[in-house]
Amino acid sequence: MSDALRKEVRDWMAKHLTGRFAPLWMRAGAGEGDVMPELRKEWERELAAGRWTCLGWPEEHGGRALSVAEQVVFQEEYSRAGGPGRMGHIGEGLIGPTILDYGTDDQKARFLPPIRAGEAFWAQGYSEPSAGSDLGNIRTRARRDEATGDWLVTGQKIWTSMAHVSDWIFVLARAEPDSVGRKGLIFLMMKLDQPGIEIQPIRQIGGGAEFNSVFFDGARAEARDVLGEVGDGWKIAMALLGYERGISTLGQQMSFAQELDLIIEIARENGAAERAAIRQRIAYAWAGLRAMRSLALRVLSEDPDAEAELMRERLAYKYQWATWHRDLGALAMDVIGLDGAPIEGDPRRERLEQMFLFTPADTIYGGTNEIQLNILAEVGLGMPREPRGTLT
Amino acid sequence: MHLTLTPDQRMIRDEGARFLAERASSEKLRALIEAGTRWDRDLWQAIAAELGWCAIAVPEDEGGLGMGATEVLVLMELSGARLAPVPLWSTLCLATPLLLALGAGKARARLLERIVAGEAALAVALGDPGAADGGAATITARAEGEGWVLDGIAARVIDAEAADVILVPAVIDGGTALFALERDMGQEIAPLETLDATRPVARLTLDGVALPGSARLDADGLTADQMTRALDMAHLGLAAEQIGAARAVMDLTLDYIAERVQFGRTIASFQAIKHRCAALEVDMAEARALALGIAAEFDTASAEDIAGLRVLAGDLARKAAREAIQMHGGVAITWEYDPHFYFKRAQATAALLGPRDAHLERIAAALLDQGDAA
Repeated sequence: MSDALRKEVRDWMAKHLTGRFAPLWMRAGAGEGDVMPELRKEWERELAAGRWTCLGWPEEHGGRALSVAEQVVFQEEYSRAGGPGRMGHIGEGLIGPTILDYGTDDQKARFLPPIRAGEAFWAQGYSEPSAGSDLGNIRTRARRDEATGDWLVTGQKIWTSMAHVSDWIFVLARAEPDSVGRKGLIFLMMKLDQPGIEIQPIRQIGGGAEFNSVFFDGARAEARDVLGEVGDGWKIAMALLGYERGISTLGQQMSFAQELDLIIEIARENGAAERAAIRQRIAYAWAGLRAMRSLALRVLSEDPDAEAELMRERLAYKYQWATWHRDLGALAMDVIGLDGAPIEGDPRRERLEQMFLFTPADTIYGGTNEIQLNILAEVGLGMPREPRGTLT
Repeated sequence: MHLTLTPDQRMIRDEGARFLAERASSEKLRALIEAGTRWDRDLWQAIAAELGWCAIAVPEDEGGLGMGATEVLVLMELSGARLAPVPLWSTLCLATPLLLALGAGKARARLLERIVAGEAALAVALGDPGAADGGAATITARAEGEGWVLDGIAARVIDAEAADVILVPAVIDGGTALFALERDMGQEIAPLETLDATRPVARLTLDGVALPGSARLDADGLTADQMTRALDMAHLGLAAEQIGAARAVMDLTLDYIAERVQFGRTIASFQAIKHRCAALEVDMAEARALALGIAAEFDTASAEDIAGLRVLAGDLARKAAREAIQMHGGVAITWEYDPHFYFKRAQATAALLGPRDAHLERIAAALLDQGDAA
C-alpha cells in the first residue's frame, strides 16, 4: 500500500509541480512563509483537484481516511519533490480536525468543504502580547451581543501567521470577564474581512513578513460560529494542538535533509570539508537528523500499548528538532564563511541564510524550549510544578 | 515501521528487568569488587543457562531462538542498567555474531550449540578493542602436524577471565583465521587494573600454545567483511548498554532529588535542576529512538548509522552520569553511592571500539570525501 501510494504521490508531483507552478519548487519554507500567497492558493486548489488535501479526514468529508503512516508517506514524497510550504496547513491540520471532533453538523457543513477544496484559508489567533508562553493569560475579550447572540471581540492577537492572506481566524478569547487563566475562555471562528479587524504585518529578522498583529475592535463572531460551549475554550484550544502530532514534521525533515545536503555541497566546494571541527559538526548533525527520523516515527506510533513509554518522547520531540535545526543554522553560516564572499547571488546561500535567520524562532514558537523543558520535567518526569507568580 | 516494542519484546524486557532487579544489585556489585572477584559467576549461570539469553540471536536452524537485533537491544539495555558484571556483551554481541558471520563448519556449530545451551561464556581477542574496526590481529598462527601453534599477545581482552572459550583471530599465511581457545591450553591471562571495575579486561599471552586441528573455526579465512558484520552487533550492544545505564542513573537521580531538601524545598523543585533533567530526557529519547530504528532494519544499517548511534549513546551515558553526580552533590563521589559506577562505566564504554571523534570521522568521510553528497 505505502509503496503504491509513494509512487502515486511522486508521479502526481512530477506532473503537476511544473509549468505555472514551477516557481513554487522548494519555496515557502522556514523564514519565507509569506512568499507568493496567491500562486500557493492556486496550488492548494490543484492539490485539492488531485484529492491530495485533508488525507486523514474521513471520506464523508472529502478526505481519504489515510492512516498516520500513509500521511507520513505523502509528506515525505511531497517534500522530496520540492513541494512548497502549505498554505492550507492550518485549515487542514488544525482547525479542520477540531471542527470534526467538536463542531456542530452545521459548522461541519459550512467550514469543512471550503478547507478541503483549497478555497478557505485560516489563521490561528492564540498568542497575545501578554500571552506568549503563558497562553492562559489571554486578555482579548468576547462579549455577547444580547440582541443577536453574536460575540463581539476586542483585543489583540500577535504572531498570527499569514493572517493578511487568510479568510478566517480562530480566536481564543475571554468570555467571562472575571475569569483568570484557563477558565472562562471561548473558542470563536471569525471572518477576517470585517470592519472591526485590522491586520498589521510584522517585518521579520529575515526581511519577510509572515506574521501579523491582528487588532479586534468590537469585531463580530456569529452565534453559530462558537466551537463548543462558553468555558470550553482552553480544552478545545489544546485539543487543536494535539491533532497535528508531528505528521508534517516528517515532511519538514526532508527539507532539513535538503539543507544539510546544501551545507555539505558548499563545504566540499569551498574547502570547509577539510577542517576537522567542521567535519565533526556535519557528522554530528547527520546523526541527529537520523535520530530525529526514528524519534518522529516513534512519536507518531498508534500502538496503544506503547502510550506510556512514548509519553516522554512526545514531549521531547519539539525541543529535539527545534534545537537541532537552530544548531544547523549556525553550522551553515560557519561553512559559508565570510559575509558576502565567494557565493554571492547563489540561491543556495540565500536559502541557508534565511534558515539561519529563522531557526532561532524554532526554539520559540509552538512552545519555547524553556516551556518544553518545564512540561517534560513536570508531566514527563513527575517533578514539582513551577509556582505561579502574582504579578499581572 | 513502528519502532515500538512488540508484546513479546515487552514481555522479554519486563521479565528480564524483574530478574535482574533481584539478582544484580549494586550492593552485590560492591561486594564482588571488594572481594577482588571480577565477575559474577552465579549471575552468569542464571542468565546463560536458566534464562537462555545467549540463544536469542542464534537462528532457529542453528538451534537458537531466531530473534533479532531488537531483542538483543532490549536485553543489553537491561544488563547495562544494572551494570551486570557478566560476559554477556562479549558472548551475545561479539562472539556469537562473529561465529554466525563465519558460515558453515563443524567446530563452529558445536560451539554455537554450547552458547545456545548456556554452557559457554565467550570472549574475543581483538587486536585493538579501542578501534572501531577491532584492530588487526596481533596473534600469529602456524600449522604443526595435525594442529596449530599460536604466538603473540592480545593486550586487552574484554571478559577473558570469565570466558570458557576465547575466539582468537590470528594471522596466518598473510590472511586471518579464527581459533577457539578453550581454558587451560597453556595461555596466560593477566588481569588488568582498569577504570571500570564492572567490565574485566585481561592481557592474553600465547607463547607457542598448541591447539588441535579442530580449534580452527573458519573454512578459508576470516574476512574483514565478516568481522565488520559481527562488530555492528557489538556496537549496537555497547550503545544499548549505554542507553540502559543512562536510564538507570537518571532514574536513581530523580529519586534522590525528589527526597533531598535544601532551602526548605526538594531540590527537584528548582528549575535549574528540572531543565537539566528534561534536557537529558531529550537526549535519551533521541538516542533510544535511533537505536530502535537501527535495530529494526539492522541488516541494512550503514556504518554511518552505527557510528552515529555510538556517538549519541556515548554522549548520553556520560552526560547522564556526570549530571547524576552533580545533582547528588558530595555524596556522589563516595564509594558508597552508585553514580560513580555509572560514571566510570560510561567513560570506559565510550572508548571501547572507537572513540567519539573516530565515529564522527567515519560519518564525515562518507558524507564529505567521496561520490555525491548524501
